[in-house]
Amino acid sequence: MNRVVITGLGCVTPIGSTVPEFRDSLFAGRTGISPIRDVPDTPDGDPGVRYKQAAQIFDFDPAEHLDSGIISATNRNTHFGIVAARQAAAQAELLKHHAPGDIAIIMGCACGGRSSEEHEVKGLYTRNARAHPLTIVRTMSSAGASNISIDLRITGPTLDISTACASSTHAIGLAFHMVRSGMSTAAICGGHEAPLSWGFYRAWDSMRVVSPTQCRPYAADRDGMTLGEGAAMLVIETLESAQARNATIFGEIVGFGMSADANHITQPQAEGAAAAMRKALADANVSPEDVGYINAHGTGTQANDATEAAAIHQVFGMRASQIPLSSTKSLHGHAIGASGALEALATVLGLQERRLPHTAGVTNPDTSLNIDIIVNGPRATGPTVALSNSLAFGGLNAVIALRTWQ
Amino acid sequence: MDDIAKRSIEIIAKAKNIPTDTIHLDTTFEELNIDSLDKINISFEVEEAFNIEIPDEALGSLKTVGDVVNGVKQLIEAKAAGTLPAATS
Repeated sequence: MNRVVITGLGCVTPIGSTVPEFRDSLFAGRTGISPIRDVPDTPDGDPGVRYKQAAQIFDFDPAEHLDSGIISATNRNTHFGIVAARQAAAQAELLKHHAPGDIAIIMGCACGGRSSEEHEVKGLYTRNARAHPLTIVRTMSSAGASNISIDLRITGPTLDISTACASSTHAIGLAFHMVRSGMSTAAICGGHEAPLSWGFYRAWDSMRVVSPTQCRPYAADRDGMTLGEGAAMLVIETLESAQARNATIFGEIVGFGMSADANHITQPQAEGAAAAMRKALADANVSPEDVGYINAHGTGTQANDATEAAAIHQVFGMRASQIPLSSTKSLHGHAIGASGALEALATVLGLQERRLPHTAGVTNPDTSLNIDIIVNGPRATGPTVALSNSLAFGGLNAVIALRTWQ
Repeated sequence: MDDIAKRSIEIIAKAKNIPTDTIHLDTTFEELNIDSLDKINISFEVEEAFNIEIPDEALGSLKTVGDVVNGVKQLIEAKAAGTLPAATS
């Protein structure tokens, strides 16, 4: 089987709309979480919810990147996806070295074109208005993958995966297996999401899991998650093809594991997350002793963080308290279907730069969890294997294992 | 050029992100690179602007900007004469 390496990176996020910007914010601990504003379709831009912050993207103008026809036919989530995919493809010089039919596009997206759909439904319910004729193509969940393929003229296997908050980790894992097996020689994989609409804010408010203060994963006083948006992309390809053209390699994907809790739609189970981590390690053919970093799902809710910590103890036993761990959601928020891709990007950058990103905003770590939470700035590391965890509503778990390239 | 023609050209120009002065009544959809998706998008915007509904069978016969303008005028007149229902929005 092929070894699979990462040769291109791209992103549009609340902490940077290019990878260098994202990297700077990540290691500086500069958060993209800010007061909610300008929510479309609300009477005054205020969604009227108990929490006041979200990780929104303010510095992205689609007109700077896309022509009017594409902008009109697509939702904000697809705008993010196309631009991030272009960045990653350009960095890897993807189409210069791979035939369009040999490249896969595997995206993760949980919400689709939610804001466009809400806008049309509002018109229908309040004025019996007709729906805009582009509503379907703007809102379908696969719009991102389709438009990226059209934009880059890539004709290989192309699809969007929807598994709630694990969507883009599943996407990266599937793409990894496709390249490893030889089904495709390269892939653009990751996720894209722009769900910050009025109804979305309200629905999460009703669930009472969004922090009214600040997202503080693994803090003793954690009180919830913070919603976000964005896109992140990896270009992956066989080691053979990357070396044949002297490509810059940013890291290696070595394993992928997934599982289902089969228990509860919102209450995570440690056994399910542990199974996904074990499968990723087995797939990578590495032992738990080889793991030197975990980018946790780490939403900042009471249930997630305690369950994930318990899962880590199940997998790593005595070593669980010694593996550096962080949740970068404290910086870029929870971008739902795209969050796994943002975290994979953060993990790749950490491995590449040999410094592990920290969990911002945590001054009082939850010592009862008995894990090594990185706080107060990045931590230096040697070459290592890292896990990037995604644990979704519905009990769908996905974990990718990455290794420092050296 | 009358107001209906000006407004129709503005809608087409906005949809294609091109200057209004590059569009004339005899400009063809082919010249403007208007595809089927553009066509239904522009039709929707025209319907919204003039509070009319373009019949499905009329969409296929639109070939030029002038066709759009003439079609809009006919629909407005028909509506005023009470021979067409008003749009629902």
